[in-house]
Amino acid sequence: MSSSTELTHPDNQPQPPPEAPLFEKPVSRFGDRVFSSSAMGAGVLILVILAGVAAFLLVEAWPALWADPDEVPGGDGIVLYVWPLLFGTLLAALFALLLAAPLAVAIALFITHYAPRRLATALGYVIDLLAAVPSIIFGLWGLSELAPLTVEPTRWLEENLGFIPLFEGPASATGRTMLVASIVLAVMILPITTAVIREAFLQTPRLHEEASLALGATRWEMIRQAVLPFGRSSIIGGAMLGLGRALGETMAVAIVLSPSGGVTFNLINNGNPSTIAANIALDFPESSGLDINVLIASGLVLFAVTLLVNMTARAVINRRRDFSGAN
Amino acid sequence: MRKTRARIAAIAVVSALALVTACSSDNESNDNGDGGTSGGNGEGGSELSGTISGAGASSQAAAQQAWQAGFLAANPDVTVNYDPVGSGGGREQFIAGGIAFGGTDAALADEELTAATERCGEVIEVPVYVSPVALIFNVEGVDELNLQPATIAGIFNQEITTWNDEAIAADNPDAELPDTPITPVNRSDPSGTTENFVEYLSIVAPDAWPHEVSDEWPVSGGEAAQGTSGVVQAVSGGNGTIGYADASQAGDLPSVNVGVGEDFVAYSPEAAANVLEVSERVEGRGQYDFAYELARDTTEAGTYPIVLVSYAMACATYESEAEAELVKAYLSYVISEEGQQAAAEAAGSAPISDALRQEIQPAIDAIAAG
Repeated sequence: MSSSTELTHPDNQPQPPPEAPLFEKPVSRFGDRVFSSSAMGAGVLILVILAGVAAFLLVEAWPALWADPDEVPGGDGIVLYVWPLLFGTLLAALFALLLAAPLAVAIALFITHYAPRRLATALGYVIDLLAAVPSIIFGLWGLSELAPLTVEPTRWLEENLGFIPLFEGPASATGRTMLVASIVLAVMILPITTAVIREAFLQTPRLHEEASLALGATRWEMIRQAVLPFGRSSIIGGAMLGLGRALGETMAVAIVLSPSGGVTFNLINNGNPSTIAANIALDFPESSGLDINVLIASGLVLFAVTLLVNMTARAVINRRRDFSGAN
Repeated sequence: MRKTRARIAAIAVVSALALVTACSSDNESNDNGDGGTSGGNGEGGSELSGTISGAGASSQAAAQQAWQAGFLAANPDVTVNYDPVGSGGGREQFIAGGIAFGGTDAALADEELTAATERCGEVIEVPVYVSPVALIFNVEGVDELNLQPATIAGIFNQEITTWNDEAIAADNPDAELPDTPITPVNRSDPSGTTENFVEYLSIVAPDAWPHEVSDEWPVSGGEAAQGTSGVVQAVSGGNGTIGYADASQAGDLPSVNVGVGEDFVAYSPEAAANVLEVSERVEGRGQYDFAYELARDTTEAGTYPIVLVSYAMACATYESEAEAELVKAYLSYVISEEGQQAAAEAAGSAPISDALRQEIQPAIDAIAAG
C-alpha cells in the first residue's frame, strides 16, 4: 500500500505552484519528520546522558571536596588522597602507550604495505578480535601467566640496570608490578590504536606513493616520504584514543597490580601507586558515608582527564581533514 | 547509588511484607503459641511464610547461602535474602530500618547502638560466624613454621626482611631457612579479615606493631592483592611470600603455628571457637547484646587467637508479627547445631560451642512483635 503512494509521488512532483519562493522548505512528509526528530532526539540524548553523568559526579563529589581533611581516608585531605592515584593512572597509561604506539604503527604498516592481501585481511580480523576480549580475561592472563614470567627478567633488570630509577627494585617476588599492568594495558589498547592508524595508512593517496617510487625511493623511503607524513595526525589521534581507554581501565589493573605504595617511578617493585578506576573498584564495596563521596570525587578527576584526552584526540584527528597531503 | 538501589529494594520488600502480614494475620495468631518456644524450625511441615531481607558483612556471604538453603528446606514458603554489601553498609541499613536483620564483622559502635536502639527497642547482637584466619606462607623447603606474635608483627611491618632472620630461626631450630627476602602479602581492598588480623597484632605485639586498627592495611610497600582469593594466589605464586587469609580458602598452602603462651597452636575450628570461651562480653550494652572483647592475648592452651567473629544483628521488637516470627525462626536455625554445621561445610567456619549456644538462645527467643 505504501509502495503505491510512493509510485504516485513522482507524478505529483512536476506541478509545484510556479510562484513558490526560492528557499521554501522541501516537501516534508510524516515519515521525514518522525525520522529527523528521532535522530535529533538520539543526538540530544547522548548530550543529556553526558551532562547527567557530570552532574551526578559533581553533586556526589561535592561533600568530599569541602570535607575536613581529617575525615578523608588517609587523613591528609582530598588532594593528597587523589594525587597518588592520579599519578598511578597516568604512569600506567602513558607507559602502556609507550609500548603500544610503536607496535601499532608497525602492525598497521605491515598490514597496509607489506603483507600479502590475504594475510593482511586475516591479520586485520585478529587485531579487531582482540578488542572484543573482555578486560577481566586480560587481567586473569596478566595475573596468572604474564606476572610469573616477569619475575626473573625483572630481577635481572634490578641487578644490571638498577641505577635507572625505573628499575630500582627490589624486584617483586610475584611479578604483580606496574610493568606487568602496563604491558596488559598495552595489549588492550593495541586494537583501537592499530585500527585508527591502519585506516589512515590505507587512505594515503596512491599518486604520492607512486611518485615517490618513480623518483627512485625504496619502499621504506616511500613510506617515510609519503605514508608516515600523511598518517601522522592519525597516529597521534589513535594513540590518544588508546590512552583514553588505558586511563579508564578498571578490572585488569585491579587484579594485576599490587597497589600498596605512594608516588614512585619504580616499575618492578610491589609497592605501586594504584589507579583511580582500580581503587574505586576495590574500595567501593566496603565504603559508606563520606568515603563514597571521596571515591566519587576521584572518579570526577578521572572523568575530567579522560574527557580532555579524548577531546584532544578528536581535535587532532579532525585537523587532519583540513591540512593533510590529500588536498 | 548501589546503596540507594538496595534501599529501594528493601523498601519494596518491607511493603511486600506488610501486605503478607495483612493477608495472613489470622493465620499468625493461631500458631503464635508454639512458634514462641521452638523457634518454628524443623518438626515437619512449617507454617511460616513470607520474605525477610538482611544485608551486611561479605565474610558471611557463603555461610548465609548455606543457611538460606537449610532454612528453605525446613520452611518451603519462606524466602530469606542476604545482600553482602559489607559490614559498614549492613550496620547503616539495619539502623535505618531497611532490613530485618544485619551481619557485621565489628559490633555496633556506641553511637550506632543508640541509633539502633531507637529503631529496635532492645538490640540483639549475637556471634554467628567464627572463622579462623590462617597465616599462609610459601617458602621453598619449609613446610612447618612456628612464629611468636612479635615476630609475625615484625614480618608484616617489614622490619624482619629475610627468612633466615634470627627471630624466625630461634623458634624453628629444625627448619632449614633460606636467605630469600620475605614478601608479606596483604589485602588491597578494605576487609574485616584485615581488621581482625591488625587488631590481633596491635594487642599481642604493641611495640612491633604501632599502627592504628582499621579495615585498610596500614603498611605501604608490601604486596597487595584483591580479596582472599587474590592473597592466596599471590602467596602461592611467589617464593618467600606470607599472607593472611580465611582458613577455609587457604588450600594446600602450609600455615603458621602461632605462638600462644608457651605453645605454638595450629588453626583448627575447635581452637578458633575456643576464643569465644575465654573472651569477655563487652559490658553495659544491654542483656541481648553479645558483643565480645576478644581475648587475642590469651595464653590458654589450644586457643587460636587470630579469628574473625561476625555477628548477626536483629531487633527485640518488630512492628509486624510476621517479620518477628521469621527473624526469630531464621536466627534460631543459624545458631543451631545443624545451621552451624552447614556453615562449616560451606564456608569452613568454626561451629560455636553448645555452651555459647545456650547463652545466646534467650536473646533470639526474645524477638517479638510490639
